[in-house]
Amino acid sequence: MQLSPKAVARFLGTRLLHSAIVLLGVMIVVFALIQLVPGDPVRLALGTRYTQESYDALRAASGLDRPLWEQFFTYIGSAVTGDLGVSFRSGQPVTALLLERLPATLSLAGVGLLIGLLIAVPAGIWAALREGRIADGIVRITSQFGVSIPDFWMGMLLILVFATGLGWLPSSGYIPFSESPGGWLRQVTLPAVTVGTVAGAILTRYVRAATLDVANMGYVRTAKSKGLAPSTVTIRHIMRNALVPVLTIAGIQLATILSGVIVVEVVFAWPGLGRLVFDSVASRDYPMIQGAVLLIAVMFLLVNLIVDVLYALVDPRIRLA
Amino acid sequence: MSDSSAAQTVLRVEDLRVAIGRKEIVRGVNFQVGRGGTLGIVGESGSGKSMSVLAATGLLDAPGAVVTGTSTLHDDDGAGLALTSATPKQLRRVHGNSIGFVFQDPSTSLNPLLTLERQISESLETHRGMTRRTARARALELLEAVGIPDPESRLDSYPHQLSGGQRQRVMIAIALACDPAMLIADEPTTALDVTTQAQIIDLVKELQHDRGTAVVWISHDLGVIGQVADEVLVLKSGEAVEHRETVSLMDHPSHAYTTQLLAARPVLGRVPQPADPAAEVVLAVEDLDVAFPVSTPAGKKTIHAVDSVSFEVRRGHTLGIVGESGSGKSTIANVLTGLVEPQGGTAQLGGTDLLRVRGKQGRGLRRRVAMVFQDPFASLNSRMRVGDSIGEPLTVHRLPASGSRSDRIRELLELVDLPTHFASRYPHELSGGQRQRVSIARALALEPEVVILDESTAALDVSIQARVLDLLARLQSELGLTYLFIAHDLAVVQQMSHDVLVMRNGQAVEQGAAEQIFDDPQQDYTRMLLAAIPPERPAAV
Repeated sequence: MQLSPKAVARFLGTRLLHSAIVLLGVMIVVFALIQLVPGDPVRLALGTRYTQESYDALRAASGLDRPLWEQFFTYIGSAVTGDLGVSFRSGQPVTALLLERLPATLSLAGVGLLIGLLIAVPAGIWAALREGRIADGIVRITSQFGVSIPDFWMGMLLILVFATGLGWLPSSGYIPFSESPGGWLRQVTLPAVTVGTVAGAILTRYVRAATLDVANMGYVRTAKSKGLAPSTVTIRHIMRNALVPVLTIAGIQLATILSGVIVVEVVFAWPGLGRLVFDSVASRDYPMIQGAVLLIAVMFLLVNLIVDVLYALVDPRIRLA
Repeated sequence: MSDSSAAQTVLRVEDLRVAIGRKEIVRGVNFQVGRGGTLGIVGESGSGKSMSVLAATGLLDAPGAVVTGTSTLHDDDGAGLALTSATPKQLRRVHGNSIGFVFQDPSTSLNPLLTLERQISESLETHRGMTRRTARARALELLEAVGIPDPESRLDSYPHQLSGGQRQRVMIAIALACDPAMLIADEPTTALDVTTQAQIIDLVKELQHDRGTAVVWISHDLGVIGQVADEVLVLKSGEAVEHRETVSLMDHPSHAYTTQLLAARPVLGRVPQPADPAAEVVLAVEDLDVAFPVSTPAGKKTIHAVDSVSFEVRRGHTLGIVGESGSGKSTIANVLTGLVEPQGGTAQLGGTDLLRVRGKQGRGLRRRVAMVFQDPFASLNSRMRVGDSIGEPLTVHRLPASGSRSDRIRELLELVDLPTHFASRYPHELSGGQRQRVSIARALALEPEVVILDESTAALDVSIQARVLDLLARLQSELGLTYLFIAHDLAVVQQMSHDVLVMRNGQAVEQGAAEQIFDDPQQDYTRMLLAAIPPERPAAV
């Protein structure tokens, strides 16, 4: 059955409306954050540099001297146009600072999830199709191991072997893709493998469980009764059906990596969002924290939207409902 | 079997045995099927009937199962292939090509993510080397052949857009795609209602007649087997207890087990113990209306699941509610138990409107109506002991103190003929029939006046169904219970009911005293339901 453009528009429209409502909720919470912090945020931000003049100047610059409702609408209005205020700490626009970090974070999350899926999908399916045999046991124990390893330890181990030991890859730093694709790849490999093995270990367990569920379904028996090759049964009948539950978990994993993997970023001196958030919290840079929370929320919503669209592409029951 | 048929044998199975671990599940089964012939294999769940056939055809996929004996598939030239010792590659060339399969549950046996066209053309592409386009044309022919309306547009449909009966027709199209010499039908009509079952039986017979396919039809229901098979093999605990030509087997069964299966088959003509016609009215439902909003491609629509239905039941009587899937039978049950909110109407139970009361009074009134569901596997919590399941309603309504609670659970177990030590067992340790007895015990825990039995025996084997029906009849006379007996099988309804309500598309088509409905039905729909029941005499006379 062909998809009518109207149905697609309605599907996307509802999902976008839901996202917008959630986003408004997030904005209210983020706005309230600065009102709820104990003490005076401007005073706290200035710390030892405090003088009455600098205090008044920063207060006026951040609009904190105006009535609450006015502050709220100004905040919403400027946030929508991409103006998230000025960082207390550096005096630079929050939006610019966040955007500066975004490419590094996207690189790490994208490559990390890719590595995770490259590990999880074959390993999970392989283990499920050999349920109860040695191969299954090896995969299960290895994934349990992967889930339990702290990521900083994994990162240090990789640095020890591939950077200090073999000298194949750099141990830290980031080169933008636009500057040098080769350099970018060399830099991103070790942190992405660190993030990817943890995500891969978690995903493997879900892929295995989903595959086991599907492999026992009646339609897999029907597929076998048609005399199809085992690879066709696995790819066409088992994998696609197992994909639906796995998509959800992969989406959550991606959003988690996007919102910052602080320890990995610190270990590899990676200029990602996680460290920015950490530094901002440490220095009580409230406009920065607000901006970062908002950006993370937007990324979660986007990932979920993409997962919803993928669901609909994979499963006609969702598409045609 | 006549002498000439030996040359046309399609499948010959000799001394087939299947063992898992030390346990032998199939113990030396022999049978053969000839071109155009139908072998019926009957037996209760666990008798090894599916396993025998799957093992014989090389499709058995049970880890650790050891298959011995021989099973030979003959092609048109008489050359044989030993299926029990064939390689996986050889078997794949046979499956879907020389042997087609139809399985029990059409709701799970089709892949929900693929169009019907893909699912039908797969085997054509694999075995016949057809291109996507020729396979599509062939798929269209097949959909036509199995009687799918508007097959052209259905090619690109997905299984969830079809009814259960249509899905089973598609399964048959898939099985017959490569024009196999043999069709294995494993309980193909068990999950369908009686009218759809009759249609599927006719369809398979017609296709078999046109193509000369050999059919092995597996069922727990001798009534169905009588309609399709020339020869019957009766299996019990993995052994053949009887193997004969259908008519003589059904007329003169020689084994006690066959006699028992024959007696258990639902046939028309059995009636319940008469009930007191002057008894008071316990439940009076008037102008019940239930509507659900549904979204269709054409926009939002309201479906009337129940459309101004009225009925009343007297104490100690059974009202049978019959109709096909989707006729609104279960919705009535769900309204009366408070699971669905009706749009209008009243349901007087002992002078109070069950649909209007709230709070404490409502809970007191609801106690007087209990329900037993269809699926004995899904309706018991697998993590709760049987005793706790039965006792849960008592806990919810804070009934007896804890000391007498276990006494009450024991009493309830005895009431449904289960040993009292079953209280400490888990549902997975019980058979389907035993679980349904537990569900009945749970329904009786609060001493209800009205028990709603919603297809409560439909998921059971016929022989177990017969025993559960006996139990229900005994409980009714002992406890003076009033039943709402919802079923699609008219023979079972006649056996249980004093009055009958026939439902179709949410409306009451016909209602009245049971003998009047069964002896002199006024509506075509009722007559059609009656005609769909497998007759007592086998068809192959």
